[in-house]
Amino acid sequence: MTEAEIRQLVCDILSDIAPETDPALLSGGRDIREGLDIDSMDFLNFIIALSKRAGVSIPEEDYPKLFTIDGVVAYLTSIGQP
Amino acid sequence: MPSLGADMESGKLVQWLVKPGSVVKKGDVAAVVETHKGAFEIEIFEEGVISELCAKEGDELPVGAPLARLVRPGEESAASKASTIAPEVIPVSAPIPAVEVERTEGTVAAPSPPLIQPSSRPKASPAARRRAGELGIDLNTPKGTGLDGSVTLADVELAAAKGVPPKTPSSAAAPAARRRGFDPDEMRLAIAAAMSRSKREIPHYYLTSTMDMTRPLAWLESFNRQRKPEERLLPAVLLLKATALALREYPQLNGFWEDGSFRRADGVHIGWAISLRGGGLLAPAIHDVDNHSLPSLMGALRDLVGRARSGGIRGSEMMDPTFTVTSVGDRGAESVLGVIYPPQVAILGFGRVIERPWVVDGQVTARSLVTASLAADHRASDGHVGGLFLAAVDRFLQEPEAL
Repeated sequence: MTEAEIRQLVCDILSDIAPETDPALLSGGRDIREGLDIDSMDFLNFIIALSKRAGVSIPEEDYPKLFTIDGVVAYLTSIGQP
Repeated sequence: MPSLGADMESGKLVQWLVKPGSVVKKGDVAAVVETHKGAFEIEIFEEGVISELCAKEGDELPVGAPLARLVRPGEESAASKASTIAPEVIPVSAPIPAVEVERTEGTVAAPSPPLIQPSSRPKASPAARRRAGELGIDLNTPKGTGLDGSVTLADVELAAAKGVPPKTPSSAAAPAARRRGFDPDEMRLAIAAAMSRSKREIPHYYLTSTMDMTRPLAWLESFNRQRKPEERLLPAVLLLKATALALREYPQLNGFWEDGSFRRADGVHIGWAISLRGGGLLAPAIHDVDNHSLPSLMGALRDLVGRARSGGIRGSEMMDPTFTVTSVGDRGAESVLGVIYPPQVAILGFGRVIERPWVVDGQVTARSLVTASLAADHRASDGHVGGLFLAAVDRFLQEPEAL
């Protein structure tokens, strides 16, 4: 998965979870939870969708690495998934 | 027209999901009603066959007005007589059935086979629903690729790109594409009315207690470690279950203040406060929280939050809460002192979990702490009971494996 594809995937998932918002406007380093007013249930749904659609397993202790879009890009790139 | 809250005087029937001849059972969704708080699905409380729709889509009806007539199994259909039956006067404070039952003396007759099945709404994310509405795409058309097979925004866009024929004009008003009514200004007014009444009528007393979440959270972490994300639990379910078990011990806090006296509730149906991103909040019920296992409670919570956001909350869920829990989550304030939702008599608020110095066995050590705050109606209970209740919540939380 290229960086652009990862960013697109994250935006797709987030716009399903928070349809009232526009994730594309979120800067890569901003905390997603704050920027889109995502609560813990929304964030868990984000993790569920991300792990399914990127085909990776995401342990709970890695959640803090996924609080920003840049963080997701770095995380998915580093574990070398498709 | 059922009462979906203390502040509701009337509601607008926006959509019928049954027709005369529909065979229905308890729990089936018969109609969608719009109130200040948005759109809600109204369920049937009896088994039978719909004989007549008394209201048409678009009608604004006062609480208590009949929406439809239903013939119970074994009762003779008496459509001709039905129109002459005067609607019963139903007290607003009592749960009101969504449909009025026809009481006819008649010979036993099997209900006729279903002429029209209740229409089923395709599962879809709110974004997908909205976009499909804009594009005029029938949500039954795209293949759903979302969590549980629901139609996602991407599926709708894909269907549009493939050139799926738009819906015919006659189906333009079909259930699927209708945007569930939600107006933040109306919601504001509804909250204002209910909370003003609460502060005007209810003599609140407040108690707070600091609870050590270190042990329950450590248990949760180890529970979640071996599980896939969709099977993991949130701390909220521990708080809910512990609260429900404590309410069993202190039923004085679980029920309603009605007509000058307290009425105990039959079950522990906890209203869970859900904030809506568009503004406002809802606190629909999770039924029988005390009888759920933690995984099943997590499923119920996930389902409830999803539907609160998409406009799929059922009327009964708005009517049934016997107690409310509000939790600010992981980015909120340190504590929350709730305002009781009448006619309930108490609300429990959990602040954000914070790591702080705490004394354990005579030693100062870092622990994860939460402030739990009870607001209760002094007409129904005294602070002594409230304090014992908070201690019970803490006691149950400290044994997470037993929840």
